[in-house]
Amino acid sequence: MLDVDGRRALIETVARAVIDHADELTQLDQAIGDGDHGINMKRGLEAVLADLDGLAQKPMPEALKGIGMTLVMKVGGASGPLYGTLAMTLGKELPEPADRAALAKALAAAIEAVKARGKSDVGQKTMLDVLAPVAAALADGGDPARAAAEAAEATVPMRAVRGRASFLGDRSIGHMDPGARSSALIVAAAAAALSPEARS
Amino acid sequence: MSAANVGIVIVSHSPDVAKGTAEMVRQMVGDEVPLAWCGGDPAGGLGTSVEAILAAIDRAWSEAGVAILVDLGGAETNSEMAVEMQPPERAGRIVVCNAPIVEGAVIAATEASGGAALEIVKRTAEELSPA
Repeated sequence: MLDVDGRRALIETVARAVIDHADELTQLDQAIGDGDHGINMKRGLEAVLADLDGLAQKPMPEALKGIGMTLVMKVGGASGPLYGTLAMTLGKELPEPADRAALAKALAAAIEAVKARGKSDVGQKTMLDVLAPVAAALADGGDPARAAAEAAEATVPMRAVRGRASFLGDRSIGHMDPGARSSALIVAAAAAALSPEARS
Repeated sequence: MSAANVGIVIVSHSPDVAKGTAEMVRQMVGDEVPLAWCGGDPAGGLGTSVEAILAAIDRAWSEAGVAILVDLGGAETNSEMAVEMQPPERAGRIVVCNAPIVEGAVIAATEASGGAALEIVKRTAEELSPA
């Protein structure tokens, strides 16, 4: 079970990973979206970091609900409700303490909530195309960070059918989906912060 | 303004589009419907904000309910989020219309100004959408 320092490190590592790549996310989004993904995520996660001490004091499920609400209110764009729903559902579904199997189960539930929120499904060039393989890797003993990176790369040849990118039709092919990239960054950062080495 | 009429909320990525749409509604329909608009992300750029949508719903709130007109993807997602965050006593009395924002707002407000129920207001606006 994560203590206060562990929770603080986890939240901070994940937030910084996305904030540090804000320019890259914006560039990806300029190619096939409306070019605001990086700046939106940065604004939301900076708001999370502003409350880092308060969040780290809470049990992980409560912290996740708080993070989700902050993302909903501060991110703007569609990614606010989508990532907010992901975090809030994880918070609702995660037991405390949670093992890997419990995390896989909670993530699977959170993915269903994101599908409902975005009226989207796997295979449509979205964050779901990263999150679903990550949930599978968690469940079957694979490496979640590696699954995330490969899955984000695999969105490049996909054709978008949801969101602004769908207006581009075939022209959305050949670019990595920005939401898939931000999801991969989050998964890699979380995996690093939760690794035994990071916590020893 | 009659509190018995359905309220209209206009949510655009652009504050100018939202405000302009609201002005058209006021001019064409008058003051008989509660009306509020919001546009722009939390930092003032193009985008939509759940916080601003929640505030707009409060401003346009009517016991008869509120119909929300949106422009593009994020406006719809954020509006649906705002609807789910409402207190239980408002449950089922706020709807997001699948309709073009300008035409939908004018036709929805026209319907609402005659005292139509929320379902009718929504259906009338949505008749503008391609099947």
